Amino acid sequence: MGSSRSSLSRVPDGQQLLQETGFSAAHLLRLHQRFQFLDKDSRGSLRSEDLEAALSENPIGVRIVGAFFQPGQETVDFPSFVRVLAHFRPTEKNRTRDGVQPDPADSRNRKLKFAFQLYDRDRDGKISRTELLQVLREMLGLQVTEEQLQSIAERAIQEADLDRDDAICFDEFRKSLEKVNIDHKMSVRFLE
Amino acid sequence: MAWLTVPVDLLSKCLGPFTDVWLTLVFGFLIVPAVFGFPFGIHKYYVRILLSIFEWTTLQMELKAKEKNHQLYKHYTNGIIVKVPDSTLKQEIQDLRHSAGCPSLEPRFELADVFFFCRKALENIIDDDVTKRFSALKLENWNLLTRSNHNFCYISLKLLALWILGVLIRYGVLLPFRSERQRSRFRIHFFTCLKLPFYFVFCRVTVAITGIFLFIVLSTVVGLIPCTKLRTYLSDKVHLMGYRLCVRALTGIITYHNRKNKPKNDGICVANHTTPVDGIILANDHCYSLVGQLHGGLLGMIQRAMAKSSPHIWFERAEVKDRRLVAKRLRDHVADENKHPVLIFPEGSCVNNTSVMMFRKGSFEIGCTIYPAAIKYDPRFGDAFWNSSKFGLVGYLLRMMSSWAIVCSVWYLPPMNRKEGEDAMQFANRVKAAIAAQGGLVDLIWDAGLKRTKVKDTFKEDQQQLYSKILLGDHENHNLPES
Repeated sequence: MGSSRSSLSRVPDGQQLLQETGFSAAHLLRLHQRFQFLDKDSRGSLRSEDLEAALSENPIGVRIVGAFFQPGQETVDFPSFVRVLAHFRPTEKNRTRDGVQPDPADSRNRKLKFAFQLYDRDRDGKISRTELLQVLREMLGLQVTEEQLQSIAERAIQEADLDRDDAICFDEFRKSLEKVNIDHKMSVRFLE
Repeated sequence: MAWLTVPVDLLSKCLGPFTDVWLTLVFGFLIVPAVFGFPFGIHKYYVRILLSIFEWTTLQMELKAKEKNHQLYKHYTNGIIVKVPDSTLKQEIQDLRHSAGCPSLEPRFELADVFFFCRKALENIIDDDVTKRFSALKLENWNLLTRSNHNFCYISLKLLALWILGVLIRYGVLLPFRSERQRSRFRIHFFTCLKLPFYFVFCRVTVAITGIFLFIVLSTVVGLIPCTKLRTYLSDKVHLMGYRLCVRALTGIITYHNRKNKPKNDGICVANHTTPVDGIILANDHCYSLVGQLHGGLLGMIQRAMAKSSPHIWFERAEVKDRRLVAKRLRDHVADENKHPVLIFPEGSCVNNTSVMMFRKGSFEIGCTIYPAAIKYDPRFGDAFWNSSKFGLVGYLLRMMSSWAIVCSVWYLPPMNRKEGEDAMQFANRVKAAIAAQGGLVDLIWDAGLKRTKVKDTFKEDQQQLYSKILLGDHENHNLPES
């Protein structure tokens, strides 16, 4: 590959992101374009409303958007935006620029961590019953009664909670998902 | 105007007879035909020359990029990620659980289900179907307009020279001359000698004033004629002339197909909406009655002048909300055979001409014949789409007048009527599908009003409902077994 060109110079931290995330220069440019498109007021950063605008019909859209923001922050800049999206590259393509191939297990772990944090809003390392109920309520809306919701949550915790502390910690979460082909189910494929 | 002749003489002498001859030719070939309505074949050759130039420039840029061992940044108008077509929520969750080794799809919740929503959300963040319809289409080949170029570093000296020439032609020749259409000849001599920036700003302002003034005066005068037949005849001529001048001002190269399907006086013409100029493009070929809200100021004056000579349907601000009143006036207008067909754009908002969005059902409830028309712009010569969040109307018009040309095709489709047992919404969707098919546009269910507002929660509720069926099974009062 030739040396990186000035087209990447328009992208903030372009060089660094190229190394870190394994996105190609073309992908980074496209993502930057998309970022600028979502950034309607041209501030150079996105707020949650800008991202939510694209997630019209997703029941847990607001929650997923929340995962882009660091705790306490209200805006996300382009490098952080790309770093979050980098979690969702298919594993086999995950090669950083200096040729070091990251552990597929590491990539799988990061995807799991992302999903875990969707449930674990308060980031205390455990999915409590309340947190699970909140997610379920969002995914199901008004389509189920309170009792049905409680049964669903109860069953889920019973199955996953191995140490009987009435919450699901990250290890338990990982264990219950060990058979799922996460790479396939939680990867976004870019057109070449 | 004597004070003008002295500088004119001086400058004329300086620039020589060349300018005079050229200007006379332009005036003769462009303005006069526009007023009287006969075409000239030069537009075809203009278009062909421009296209071959654009292809050459893209080739040059690709060669330069190859020299540097890089890829030219291509715009993917079909999206940048692979999306699985037509997979339903049920199928995807089934796949998910299957890969996790779950037995059949029994009604239960799995922690892994969240992956589905997650992936869908990310795909939409990176590339969704709706929001990209509200920004200008990106082109594969560069058309020598800065606004559509993303590969600046690959411009060689040759291309730079060509681009400068293009700027000079577009701003120095085409823009002022488009503005000049309605002006008298000796003023042309005077203005071509002035400096460029003052030139076209001054041009446009004076042209706008004279052009509008002319139209208002003529329209009002015609409106005073007592004899209905003569008045209708003359007002049609005045309107057509006005629209033709506007189209020439924008260098509009319009091809009309299937003219035999032109709308008749007993119906409503509907078309897809891309720019405020759509109405002018259609009205260039046939007389319509426009519908809209009565504005104040200059626009209001134009509207009132138009209404004096020809029956247009203008509403006061307060009346707009009253749907029954609107429907009644439309119905009355359509019932009168002597009145022109009404022109309506059911999408309500401008969309970027790659798709057709949801039609408002108001015009389809009237019960008259609908004459659909499809308008497709060729984006290579100048992007006609008005991104109202990015540019105001004036900025938009300036961009329009400094493009190469507005090239578009209009197809008149055969008239459609509401079928037995079809409701207004279904009829609207049927018409929309026909227009999309003819124009080669994507037929979407989304509302063009999404440009400004968020999606209604009904779509979210649909997803929630589908998911709840998976968790609880398809039976209504299914009780989960106690664990």
